[in-house]
Amino acid sequence: MSKKLLILVVEQDHVRAQSIADGLREAGDHDIRIIAEQTALARRVAEIRPDVVLIDIANPSRDILEELALASGPAERPVAMFVDRSDEGLTRLAIEAGISAYVVDGLRADRLKPVIDAAIVRFHMLQQLRAELAATRAALEERKIVDQAKAVLMKARGIGEDEAYALLRKTAMDQGKRIGEIAQHLITAAGLLGR
Amino acid sequence: MIALRLGYIPLIDAAPLIVAHELGFAAEEGLQLHLIRLGAWAQSRDMLGAGLIDAAHMLVPMPVGQALGLGPDLLALDLVMFLSHGGQAVAVSRELERRMRADGHGFDFADARRAGLALRRAVRGPLRVGVPFMFSTQVELIHRWLSACGFTPTDLQIKTVPPPMMADALAANDIDAFCVGEPWASFAVERGIAALLLPGTAIWAAPPEKGLVLRHDDAESRPEQTGALMRALWRAGRWLDDPDHRGTAAEIISRPCYLDLPSELAERGLTGRLLISPGGQTRDVPEFLAFNAGAASFPWKSLAALFADGIARRHGLDPGPAKQAAMARFRTDLYRQHLRPAGAALPGASLRVEGGITRDRIVPAERGQMILRADGFFDGFVFDPSAPDPSTN
Repeated sequence: MSKKLLILVVEQDHVRAQSIADGLREAGDHDIRIIAEQTALARRVAEIRPDVVLIDIANPSRDILEELALASGPAERPVAMFVDRSDEGLTRLAIEAGISAYVVDGLRADRLKPVIDAAIVRFHMLQQLRAELAATRAALEERKIVDQAKAVLMKARGIGEDEAYALLRKTAMDQGKRIGEIAQHLITAAGLLGR
Repeated sequence: MIALRLGYIPLIDAAPLIVAHELGFAAEEGLQLHLIRLGAWAQSRDMLGAGLIDAAHMLVPMPVGQALGLGPDLLALDLVMFLSHGGQAVAVSRELERRMRADGHGFDFADARRAGLALRRAVRGPLRVGVPFMFSTQVELIHRWLSACGFTPTDLQIKTVPPPMMADALAANDIDAFCVGEPWASFAVERGIAALLLPGTAIWAAPPEKGLVLRHDDAESRPEQTGALMRALWRAGRWLDDPDHRGTAAEIISRPCYLDLPSELAERGLTGRLLISPGGQTRDVPEFLAFNAGAASFPWKSLAALFADGIARRHGLDPGPAKQAAMARFRTDLYRQHLRPAGAALPGASLRVEGGITRDRIVPAERGQMILRADGFFDGFVFDPSAPDPSTN
């Protein structure tokens, strides 16, 4: 029997980290550690000596792991290679899911693949949640801007709210732009004109 | 309109991409740019290699590291033009600043040898220096500078620290000094954590910093969009090199959707007027950051060789084949093909001795004459890409 894999998840957001760990536990009996802090990452990875490190592709701390992956001697090399060296298709899927994996030298592909597959599923879920949240925020932000632009128009032209909105919408349609963009331009212009 | 996804890391030298989009240089070429802010250099490389972005603003030595097999096994990456030279600053901790000032160092922010020797005297134990990525111009600058100022390899520890974390790493005493692109050195000064010791240009007059990097297959198979993108960025760089435009550029790139920092911070690097110490001293550095002037964007193959030589030696590879592999990735041929119609001055050769121009010089060009930027190293080092490798070490 091969020993349990020691998987390190680097993630600051506690909820995300737990979700990823849960997904990995479903995929197999692994030893999973989570670290949140960024500054001492190199030292912690050297201490823990994980078989696999999983980290968000956009996490700036990845660049620290890159250095560990290329450290000069095998003895001081806690993270030895990139996952893609074992399977090109898997790498692409992982990158698309927004995940990056660093794997210790010599770990067999059949032991690695279920871990990466499980991580990909979780990252996809989290990515979707994040996209939905961002869309909601953007919609709220746009509504705020449109309200401001309406107020500018109402004051400047002495028109009502409905009329101001209709004017914004018509301008957006005529110019083939989003109403939020037109509203932003109007607010910028009004600011420049000191209104 | 052709839609292109461009990845960038929030730094002031991402300006050509942002300006090309905001001021219409891209639209003039029929391009609709989607600028995607990225968090890590490795992310930029991976997303480009996997086809999730079409082009990236990347550290010049990164495609060299890839060409040497020191990264993931993704599609081959080509550098088609430089986007900037300079923009880096070396910063030290307040404690080192105090010791160096007590020793009589004046922080002139200009004399690399004097600064290096003063630093040598002030340091106790190995000097820990933060750099943004292991394949970066910053690594080359630090090695070149400190080895010429009496630091041996055992006196020096180079550590990767993501640029926005440099100030924190210094405050946490994880590093003693760092070399990073603006605005992150000024950011650390602003927080009262660091003093600026040197601009990158004091070590090497024209250190190439960022390049436009594409997948090799795209660069080859889509000449129209490659050319359009190169011309748009080249014109944005030309616009940016007008000193009167730098303040406006600072405002544009600082917006929340780009760098999301006070524009005053970006303005320091863009205008070359830097606050070097929390005490309030400023220094003016002409040519601190260049985008276009003096053929700055021409991707000399000899620079690919220079970076490959250093990287190969540090990673135990044979420098000869490394230089050949790297030179093939710097596409002077595409530069000539796509920027000739835009009126870019084109040098007669694609290789030269690096570090050999002590002041701006007029040289013969493909047509007529052109000005080449001074590119000397502070210690007189020159790199001849065609010199045979020494058989030992």
